[in-house]
Amino acid sequence: MTEATAADRPAAAHVELPPMLLAGTALLGLWIVVAIGADWLAPYGPLEQDLSRTLQGPSAAHWLGTDNYGRDVLSRILHGARLDLQIAVLGVLFPFLIGNLIGLLAGYLGGWTDIVAMRLLEVTMAFPFLVLVIAIIAVLGPGLGSLYVALALVGWVSYARLTRAQVLVLKSADFVSAARVMGLGAWRVMWRHLLPNAVTPAVVFAMTDAVLVVLLGSALSYLGLGAQPPAAEWGVMIAEGQQFLASAWWICLFPGLAIVSLAMGFSLLADGLAERLGTRP
Amino acid sequence: MERFRFLIWRPVQMLPVLLGVTLVTFVLVRSLPGDPVRVLLGPRARPEMIAATRHQFGLDEPLPVQYLFFLKNLLAGDLGRSIMYRAPVFEVIAERLAPTFLLIAYALVLSILLATTFATLAARNEGRFADHLVRGFCTAGLGLPGFWLGILLIMLLSVRLGWFPVSGYGETWLGHLHHLFLPALTVAIALAPVLTRNLRATLIEQMGADHAQAARSRGLTEGEVFRRHVVPNALLPTVNLLGVNLGWLIGGTVVIESVFSIPGLGQLMVASIFTRDYMLVQGITLVFALTIVAVNLTVDVLTVALDPRVVL
Repeated sequence: MTEATAADRPAAAHVELPPMLLAGTALLGLWIVVAIGADWLAPYGPLEQDLSRTLQGPSAAHWLGTDNYGRDVLSRILHGARLDLQIAVLGVLFPFLIGNLIGLLAGYLGGWTDIVAMRLLEVTMAFPFLVLVIAIIAVLGPGLGSLYVALALVGWVSYARLTRAQVLVLKSADFVSAARVMGLGAWRVMWRHLLPNAVTPAVVFAMTDAVLVVLLGSALSYLGLGAQPPAAEWGVMIAEGQQFLASAWWICLFPGLAIVSLAMGFSLLADGLAERLGTRP
Repeated sequence: MERFRFLIWRPVQMLPVLLGVTLVTFVLVRSLPGDPVRVLLGPRARPEMIAATRHQFGLDEPLPVQYLFFLKNLLAGDLGRSIMYRAPVFEVIAERLAPTFLLIAYALVLSILLATTFATLAARNEGRFADHLVRGFCTAGLGLPGFWLGILLIMLLSVRLGWFPVSGYGETWLGHLHHLFLPALTVAIALAPVLTRNLRATLIEQMGADHAQAARSRGLTEGEVFRRHVVPNALLPTVNLLGVNLGWLIGGTVVIESVFSIPGLGQLMVASIFTRDYMLVQGITLVFALTIVAVNLTVDVLTVALDPRVVL
């Protein structure tokens, strides 16, 4: 048996990566490079106004046109990559951490911890996701900080459910019993032995979740509840351009395409990862 | 009828959740910054007027007492009074209910039409061009921001071509369907990829199943096998998925109603948050949560009805 697995290993390294995984990584990588290098890549500043050149269509000087303040749409999109990537990362990270912690504790400790966590989960899930997020943002006041808090308070449920289910299965597995018999404390068993084995579905879901968070973050910014004008954020740009729709379509069109490509990057990554890890739902 | 016994205990089981929902809404809405009475009466209101109005709406009681009052009224079917509209919350919500539910139903019909068409096309041409095309559309559709898509549709079909109204709800039934077509289509384009993917996978699985093979060996044509044996068996997982996503969709209408200026619950909710109309926000949130509970129950019933093997 030992020989067989050892012989399998080099072969596994040759397994081709799914094309979707590669395409997703490439798209995301592109946006990360843009976010880091926005200051060098963008021909103008994101807030730089030129009131003599307002609402101009795409041209050599302004590849994607200008908005009603004469700001360069391309430069604003490139700088916007920073905010929208930040929304995707933080909007997933906080729910991921909280959800996994709760799922781990509820699944492993059981008893009252589990009962309380599960009731909390059921109550949170009874609300329409967006309605609860908006209600929390209203309490905290519109802004990106409130958006992150709201996403953390509502988004943890999916991760908690996935990880708890995994932990329930794994906690009676031999390697966990062995760790416990060796006299390891509950924390060490959970942290070092259970979590690394239970977290895979949550990681795969995080990619799908990133798609939703990108769309949600830009939608809430569009409604005036997330990033605030004049910030260069794609949803904000679309909201600002909407009233000039009939005469200056480029203000709305291009930031939307940016959202689509970022969301598709995460979507392809999620599909590829699910295929690679064999956890296709 | 043994199988349908859960119809009685499932709602009872939901009671703690509903209580939790009311508590969360109550705490959330009461911790909103700003004073609704000052918003209502304006900056030049005299202190005794403010005190009188606060008393009239019970806002001068301690919070736990206000919550108990809220629960007591709720059991009597009374959701409180809207401060901004000076009318019972129930009436204000009832007026706005129709556009939202029509929008959701409309979007559901459109997305089911889209999903069954595309999933059938993909499943019957598995691995061929049509299949790849449908799967490509699904991946792209999942990444489309609804509000942006809505704006593009307005620009193209309403402003440029003049086929549809730019916003609003219309007066007659035909007018409603005309006004709500673009919003419903926008929502459907977001939902259809999820359904299509699921339905396609289940259809393909069922096409290779033993019972389909048996039907073929009895001499049925591929079309007959598909209609009579494959489709009925593939419906169940999709109905379940529809239930899961509907809760998400109800929330999503908030954005779409704002884009298309539809006088529905979602738009009312956002407006009420900014005018700090506590009772109204509470009522709407509750209506939404109740709807989701009801939908989940309906999905359970449909699951039992569609599959005789399922016992809940």
